[in-house]
Amino acid sequence: MPHVKVYITLKPTLLDAQGRVVEHALGTLGYSRVHDVRIGKYLSMTVEGDRGAVERDVKEMCERLLANPTIEDYRFEVDE
Amino acid sequence: MKVGVVRFPGSNCDQDAYHVFKDVFGVSVQYLWHQEESINESDLVILPGGFSYGDYLRTGAVARLSPVMKSIIAHAHRGGYVLGICNGFQILCEAGLLPGALIRNTGLKFRCTQAWLRTERHDTVWTSAAPKDRPLQIPIAHGEGRYVADSETLTALENEGQIAFRYCTADGDPTEHANPNGSMRNIAGVMNREGNVLGMMPHPERAAEALLGSTDGRFILESIVSAIRARAR
Repeated sequence: MPHVKVYITLKPTLLDAQGRVVEHALGTLGYSRVHDVRIGKYLSMTVEGDRGAVERDVKEMCERLLANPTIEDYRFEVDE
Repeated sequence: MKVGVVRFPGSNCDQDAYHVFKDVFGVSVQYLWHQEESINESDLVILPGGFSYGDYLRTGAVARLSPVMKSIIAHAHRGGYVLGICNGFQILCEAGLLPGALIRNTGLKFRCTQAWLRTERHDTVWTSAAPKDRPLQIPIAHGEGRYVADSETLTALENEGQIAFRYCTADGDPTEHANPNGSMRNIAGVMNREGNVLGMMPHPERAAEALLGSTDGRFILESIVSAIRARAR
């Protein structure tokens, strides 16, 4: 059954408050060369069907529920 | 008139809203369970604050799929009144009844404090009773209340007069310092274009009795109660 990995990220135009805090925390550990930290979501799932059907369904799932197009971008990978 | 207060798993301001309509305004109130499909002839539907479905995935994302939401969306499209408070505002945005979205506060803090709100318009069913010479003091309590939308949406909101409230100073200035969560243009509450749906992060139901420190929330609830009574006449 195809395994799907979905990545959801806050649109680049929006300030990622969590990412900024993590960047600052990394700085306190001495990692001063770290920039532009952004936090997203990762979903893992198995979906029944052939590759074409799975890709179509997952795209629809992202648009209808998993991501909010007002604030987020998404991408996904399907592994056989 | 009848007010319906929706209860989702994780709602926690439902009793406050119920109490205020029943005991402060003396109107008929009923709870609406999220699994029920009917809103049982409610004139005004309240989507209360809380953490519906644990805020999993995104705030309001799962609640908007509840059976009761179908009837609420139909009610709104018929011109029926809907008020989303805090988590209710997040649900209305997720359901597409209001534009934009609410994301994590810029300061990352859960802000639980009194806020000042500038009433942007006084000719709406939600604000007709609000004083014109001063802002309203109404508390906020949220971690994800930063209102965001793309620039075209923000321009449309301004042009169509859909911004109901902005965070401001005690003098009524919507300054950056008065903005508790990083909301774009200090937006605290927005309406749909027709004006029958309002979403706001501050809690008017927590500011309706002197014992709680402010009674300014009454102006908003009083406005909508009068509008419903006038419509019934």
